[in-house]
Amino acid sequence: MARYDRRALREPAPVRWLLIAVTLGFLGVFLLLPLITVFVQGLAQGVATYARALTDDDTLASIRLTLLTAAIAVPLNTLFGVAAAWAIAKFEFRGKNLLTTLIDLPFSVSPVISGMVFVLLFGSRGWFGPWLSEHDIKIVFALPGIVLATTFVTFPFVARELIPLMQAQGTDEEQAAMTLGAGGLRTFWHVTMPNIRWGLFYGVLLCNARAMGEFGAVSVVSGHIRGMTNTMPLQVEALYSDPGEYSAAFAVSSLLALLGFVTLMLKNFLEWRHGDELAALRGH
Amino acid sequence: MDISIHKLSKRFAAVNALHGIDLDIASGELIALLGPSGSGKTTLLRAIAGLEPIDDGRVLFGAIDATKLSVQERQVGFVFQHYALFKHMSVLDNVTFGLRMRRRATRPPRAEIRRRGLELLQLVQLDGMAERYPNQLSGGQRQRVALARALAIEPSVLLLDEPFGALDAKVRKELRVWLRQIHDETGYTTIFVTHDQEEALELADRVVVMNAGAIEQVDTPAMIARQPKTPFVAEFIERRAAATAA
Repeated sequence: MARYDRRALREPAPVRWLLIAVTLGFLGVFLLLPLITVFVQGLAQGVATYARALTDDDTLASIRLTLLTAAIAVPLNTLFGVAAAWAIAKFEFRGKNLLTTLIDLPFSVSPVISGMVFVLLFGSRGWFGPWLSEHDIKIVFALPGIVLATTFVTFPFVARELIPLMQAQGTDEEQAAMTLGAGGLRTFWHVTMPNIRWGLFYGVLLCNARAMGEFGAVSVVSGHIRGMTNTMPLQVEALYSDPGEYSAAFAVSSLLALLGFVTLMLKNFLEWRHGDELAALRGH
Repeated sequence: MDISIHKLSKRFAAVNALHGIDLDIASGELIALLGPSGSGKTTLLRAIAGLEPIDDGRVLFGAIDATKLSVQERQVGFVFQHYALFKHMSVLDNVTFGLRMRRRATRPPRAEIRRRGLELLQLVQLDGMAERYPNQLSGGQRQRVALARALAIEPSVLLLDEPFGALDAKVRKELRVWLRQIHDETGYTTIFVTHDQEEALELADRVVVMNAGAIEQVDTPAMIARQPKTPFVAEFIERRAAATAA
């Protein structure tokens, strides 16, 4: 790659510093300050109170529920995302554009509506309501509903990460593999997968972060039963609305903030180690 | 293996990419499909490989009707213009891929696969490159790996799609000579696509001149040059003569 002197393309120094200052200021106020506040408030009444808040039964239940939900939603969406991206990038078929549009649907719909949809379908007055209560199956206000809502809103992440990546990579390698005798599944595993693994990891990372942090859709579907159907974000809200649990709310929030931080670090690590590869694979 | 093509036709939307192509290739021949872009030469090559579905006609590998066979079943060795090497595998793993993908029944033991791979690398003059990765190789080297990879499965026919198109002129000339040598050594029926008349006339036993989805003439290079059958062929060759005279 030719190195050229980039100084010719630079803004004058004062403009550069102004832009950097504005960006940092913006990030500082809207991102850093809230995050720091979360930790400060969480620890405001001492480490002992912080620890007690995190080991409270209801809070532990909410942590377990969040982890369980993510453990179901993320693999499901990974499977779906990979399959959809493979179909869209490597094949021609009717309805391809429709599929691509549908994948983007959860992004354009308000999370509250996403949750509402499941209440309308599976709630006691919903379409399947009577049938479900007849068979004593609980979806809304129980784990299945929460998992469904979370899966729906995190639908697009893996697919959207993989589709442009796989489209940029083209089909030559797969065709070569086929001429050499490899069937569909083996071609996918030996040829396609190694080429997409970093994009896949990135997509899974984003999917997981959203699955654990989702509030709106889960709020509608969950019923807010402390100790049973509260995920961590819901538990934070529950604690926050109780004046005596103010600090505890921030304690739990700090866990979510930590999750965000870890996600960001992994993402940066990924880009640092494999950034060149990711960029090259995208054909930049 | 003899290759026979009967009335092969293919349409892309409303356009006829191939009009009822008839072609017979004897075992061990080195055939060039020569023509301008859009002549259908690559489509024909890919149809033989099974990479392109066809609308009409048959492809025969020896006595077997290969028309209904999948790409995998046809066991063709295909070399792509842009190499299509597996980026995440070493050179040796690339070359041995076809052997490693075989069903357990027909798969040779690991040591044997490795031995064959190294042997092929020697054939294409890339000894010592076994553990390198494609992004560490030059274009010419990559294409030689691609060829070794195709040869590894002992293909029924070797198909090359503008194999030297992505390489600079000097490398192209070297590889041309070398491809002829490899062909003479291994004896596989070989079909390659090119738009370069010089390449076709220099390399091939017979040249198939194509235009707009049909065959204009099939003949030895000498006959094509001396007795062009149609105005198109004459003009095509004349352009070459003019270019080399200039």
